[in-house]
Amino acid sequence: MSRPDLPALTIAELQPLLRRREISPREVLDVLRTRIADVDGKIDAYLSIDFDAAAKEAEKADVDLPLGGVPIAIKDIINVAGQPCTCASKILRNYRAPYDATVIRRLRAAGAIPFGKTNMDEFAMGSSTENSSVKLTRNPWELARVPGGSSGGSAAAIAADAAFGALGTDTGGSIRQPASLTGVVGLKPSYGRVSRFGLVAFASSLDQVGPLTKTVRDSALIMNAIAGADPQDSTCLNEPVPDYLEALDRDLKGIRLGLPKEYMIEGIDPQVKAAIDAAIKQLQSLGAEVVEVSLPHTDYGIAAYYFLATAEASANLARFDGVRYGYRAENPRDMLDHYGRTREEGFGQEVKRRIILGTYVLSSGYYDAYYLRAQKVRELIRQDFARAFEKVDAIVCPTSPVPAFKLGERTADPLQMYLADVFTSTGNLAGICGISVPCGFAQVNGKQLPIGLQLLGKALDEARIFQIAHAYEQSTDWHKARPKL
Amino acid sequence: MAETSEIDVAYVAKLARLNLSDEETRLFQKQLGDVLKYAEKLREVDVSDVEAAAHAIPVFNVFREDEPRDWFTAEEALSNAPRKANNLFIVTKVVE
Repeated sequence: MSRPDLPALTIAELQPLLRRREISPREVLDVLRTRIADVDGKIDAYLSIDFDAAAKEAEKADVDLPLGGVPIAIKDIINVAGQPCTCASKILRNYRAPYDATVIRRLRAAGAIPFGKTNMDEFAMGSSTENSSVKLTRNPWELARVPGGSSGGSAAAIAADAAFGALGTDTGGSIRQPASLTGVVGLKPSYGRVSRFGLVAFASSLDQVGPLTKTVRDSALIMNAIAGADPQDSTCLNEPVPDYLEALDRDLKGIRLGLPKEYMIEGIDPQVKAAIDAAIKQLQSLGAEVVEVSLPHTDYGIAAYYFLATAEASANLARFDGVRYGYRAENPRDMLDHYGRTREEGFGQEVKRRIILGTYVLSSGYYDAYYLRAQKVRELIRQDFARAFEKVDAIVCPTSPVPAFKLGERTADPLQMYLADVFTSTGNLAGICGISVPCGFAQVNGKQLPIGLQLLGKALDEARIFQIAHAYEQSTDWHKARPKL
Repeated sequence: MAETSEIDVAYVAKLARLNLSDEETRLFQKQLGDVLKYAEKLREVDVSDVEAAAHAIPVFNVFREDEPRDWFTAEEALSNAPRKANNLFIVTKVVE
């Protein structure tokens, strides 16, 4: 193995080298450090990296553990003890995490090394990473385009071989959509599958932590480490966690896939549609049966999602009051001035917009008409999926209706940006799991832009979508493609 | 459902303890008006016999033993405080 090829390896390919002592965790970290120095100036995926702390961990890493000696990048909304956790917001610019999130504790227990924090939309609010208060992250496939969001830093780092694996968070599509736009694998676990303890809350009934990786196998490896009940998160389900690797090598004979007729909407890019059609044929050739299903309330998903997500956000972000942590405005006249200016000066525009919308839908006189109605529509969306899953094992559809759009193209119109979540946010509302895997490229002005195939599975049925995604991935070469940087 | 585009951004900002510039207030008034207009489609849905879903996967009565354990020291809890003294947060004066 020549060292220059090392950053391109998957976690599963790296492990035997580590276990046979052909390379040490310290050497892996150094190679990754060089790769990041070479490419991160172009893509700006990272907000902070602590190689010194990582090097100390690498020296004592046990390579025989499931993720022994593997460096993992972490979205900057998950607390890693001693490291910054800024949520890409000015209000947390000087914040340092006093403790490890449960997912970080579990990664460490599996031998992994959380070494750096990745860029994101401020407080995970956005679909392009352009709402970061720090910097823009660029799509490695075309630097003038967005990497998607909100986990855009994690996705760009994986796509550019500047991380072996990463954690992101998905509230309405924030793992799957950037995975799709950068050509990597992104899993949103079922609600309650992974602990949220130590994750800075955006919308507590929708948020989940999940992996972004180069392959489905790597995604399963990380899920084996992080999934399962946590006494510190009462919404984390007390259900057994299967070995996700075991599911991977089963064939697709007898598998039934549902194609929702509502998803082939107007506005879907013709090259995305063609790639999804081809992927469906491929899945059929692997033995899966594909039938049409109906999710009749799909068209109401975005509206219900934005009411519920912003309502929960307006309550969650009330904690940023400049008292116990974070930014505080200078010389306040009184307490109201202290709150009002701390929040005005600390939050970016999209966060303010969502706090206003969320406060409005919860306010007296509008609660029933907006918030309560959205919760009822959420229940109908949940029932749509439950009915579909009586007939099929998983649902197959695009992850994003379009490939990566240009930086600045959608920032002036929040509604257009919100519509980027059209195929993903219903999965969060229903609490089910979903994965995006690379399924082709759109040719746009001589550039190749990745397209993602989304597989949605029943709640707690991650093993099934891993199985299908893995079979598809291994029968194609899409996951082997790399951008030229 | 109430008239949708009647959001009063300046009033809601007061409820949210969030100062906005005049320019931001005007911008949000227009943009959130558009979002609310788009969301009017929720009115089409018959929700008369539907129970509201606060969570996709309802979990009830999650209990654990009430046992003391180590957690933050006062120093750690104060480590990110914008102002502190004598192991206390210093806050803006509330009463005269």
